[in-house]
Amino acid sequence: MPERRLLFKNLDEPGLRTLDVYKRRGGYRALERAIRELEPDQIIAEIEESGLRGRGGAGFSMGKKGSFLPRGDMPKYLCCNADESEPGTFKDRELMFKNPHGLIEGIVIAAIAVGAQHAFIFIRGEYWDVADVLDAAVREAYDAGLVGERILGSNHSVQLVVHRGAGAYICGEETALLDSLEGKRGNPRLKPPFPAVQGLYGGPTLINNVETLMNVPHIIRHGAEWYKRLGTEQSTGTKVVSVSGHVQRPGNYEIELGIPAREIIFGLAGGPPPGRRVKVWFPGGSSAPVLTEEELDLPYSFESMAEAGSMLGSGAIIVGDDTVSVPELALRTARFYHHESCGKCSPCREGTNWTVKMLERVVRGEATPMDLDIIASVQENIIGNCLCVLGDAMAMPVGSMVRKFRHEFEEVIERARAAHGGPLDAAPDDVPPVPLGVHA
Amino acid sequence: MSTHDRQGNETPAIDPALEQGPQTSEHGRSGPLRPTDELSAAERQALIASMSPEDAERVPELHEVEVPPELREKIEEAMSRYPQLRSASIPALWAVQRHYGWCSPEGIRQAAAVMGVSPAYLQSVASFYDLFRLTPTGRNRILVCHNISCWMRGADDVLKRFCEAAGVDPHEAEHNGGNSPDGEFFVQGFECLGACDIAPMASINEHYYGPIELDEVETVIDRLRRGEDPLPEKDIRKRTLAGGAEAPEVETNADA
Repeated sequence: MPERRLLFKNLDEPGLRTLDVYKRRGGYRALERAIRELEPDQIIAEIEESGLRGRGGAGFSMGKKGSFLPRGDMPKYLCCNADESEPGTFKDRELMFKNPHGLIEGIVIAAIAVGAQHAFIFIRGEYWDVADVLDAAVREAYDAGLVGERILGSNHSVQLVVHRGAGAYICGEETALLDSLEGKRGNPRLKPPFPAVQGLYGGPTLINNVETLMNVPHIIRHGAEWYKRLGTEQSTGTKVVSVSGHVQRPGNYEIELGIPAREIIFGLAGGPPPGRRVKVWFPGGSSAPVLTEEELDLPYSFESMAEAGSMLGSGAIIVGDDTVSVPELALRTARFYHHESCGKCSPCREGTNWTVKMLERVVRGEATPMDLDIIASVQENIIGNCLCVLGDAMAMPVGSMVRKFRHEFEEVIERARAAHGGPLDAAPDDVPPVPLGVHA
Repeated sequence: MSTHDRQGNETPAIDPALEQGPQTSEHGRSGPLRPTDELSAAERQALIASMSPEDAERVPELHEVEVPPELREKIEEAMSRYPQLRSASIPALWAVQRHYGWCSPEGIRQAAAVMGVSPAYLQSVASFYDLFRLTPTGRNRILVCHNISCWMRGADDVLKRFCEAAGVDPHEAEHNGGNSPDGEFFVQGFECLGACDIAPMASINEHYYGPIELDEVETVIDRLRRGEDPLPEKDIRKRTLAGGAEAPEVETNADA
């Protein structure tokens, strides 16, 4: 099964990032249609009808989200989430770097649809080169009257600012992104109120991922009916998947949703190196519960991944072959979330910390199989108990690894213990007392 | 230091170290560390006072602080872009870091004066984000990704090799980053940089390079010393789509 390119069409054409070439390829025609032929409500209806689901991770209907914003004359905002920090995800980087105007057009159409006068692209600070490209494209768009006051002579005005972050995974969480954009530490907010009602500067705010917004011009230009024919009934359209890890051709591929995962991992990305087998894979970034070799033939869609107990997430597939130690993978995963936990709420701050400590003990051979139950119970106590989903994002994959590869954790514990030569059930007197309390 | 008064009723002699105000040790902390419940009331007061020097709390007036004109211009330009000026905190800190190489206390104070916020506020923002450096860094900044996909492809060895070649302590590099003694390099093991397609990779002076072979690391370090492009052939900006130039496209009405 080959790729199906929509967002990737002409992507490597030299000069696509200039306004001239982008226009020659049909660029900004959707914006013209949106302004001249459609009312804002019709734009939202068209997007909702297309079935476009958010490409950032949650997979929520973009049209619905847009319709949640109150109508009326008040300061409203649009934030494009280009913080792309989910491990394994690198699609927005390639899209923005090679086709910045495709994003700008999508943002302006969406901003007009919800009545937002200010739009921001929140791009992660590490993507310095990409942000430079966006800055140049935004300037070009301003000069051509495609962004700014009275766009294309209409009554619509949208100011667009490229905002560079400074390195914090949590800022990809929508309310943390808003705090960061307001110039604060990027801590998530308690929801509700949801950003659609009270977001940036307290105003109604629409937040969408880069890839989601880049689909908008295509939907407006060719219609919801045409878009719906792509993909499956519940996962319409194409999806850019980022395939990485133990595959021979890592990279971004654009596929129609619903094709078997095996086609992506083997057909497109070349599968693991010769002689190796797929042992474990994340279907949607490191926050997604892991799947195994037996699950490679599942269709790659929002609904099918959810049925399998995981999620399509950001569409980042990380493949580990049979050389990967799952306990070490779990530790690596947990360390990331521990590092990135903002510390605002306790289940996440403490849960990620203790999970790392326990997994370190497993890998060092200081754990007992009972510790695996404790690890599992810590994950269960994180899920659903935090302000945002960062804690869950560690608990879900780590919990799934312990569940699906428990034998491997036990083997590692046993092997490490044997290597150290210590009996597992040492008499209490042989063990030095563990200092307890705050002064420990 | 005479007594440990847990009741805090009497006021024993204050630790001379605390009385003299904050003293920066090599770890950047003031005085010897002791559990706070061993301190007397007076000691605690002194400790709290030492943690909030008055010049960090108060918004500095512009005439009190000398701000380099180009820095001021950048910060003011950023302030003008947002509906609320506090949104310019991160752009302002970027400007400071670009100007001084790190978010130095003077730089933060200058930015605070321009923005009309307290230096403590900007410091609190800066300390949240991984890319802002609150200590001076080497001239070349090398961030080696050691997250899942890069780790699977040997990032730990790449990071270690960078440390050896640049003369950076590997333990420091793995945590908050470390500098080489000659001040040429800053090396840090970093979380996912969003370029797993070129794993194992590194961000070198804000540009992405990969996949980095172990035996290329020394060349990279040598070229950086000479001020050259470290690995032009592996610059991510030159990378084309993984699926190649030819792939089926979605038909649209416009094509029909």
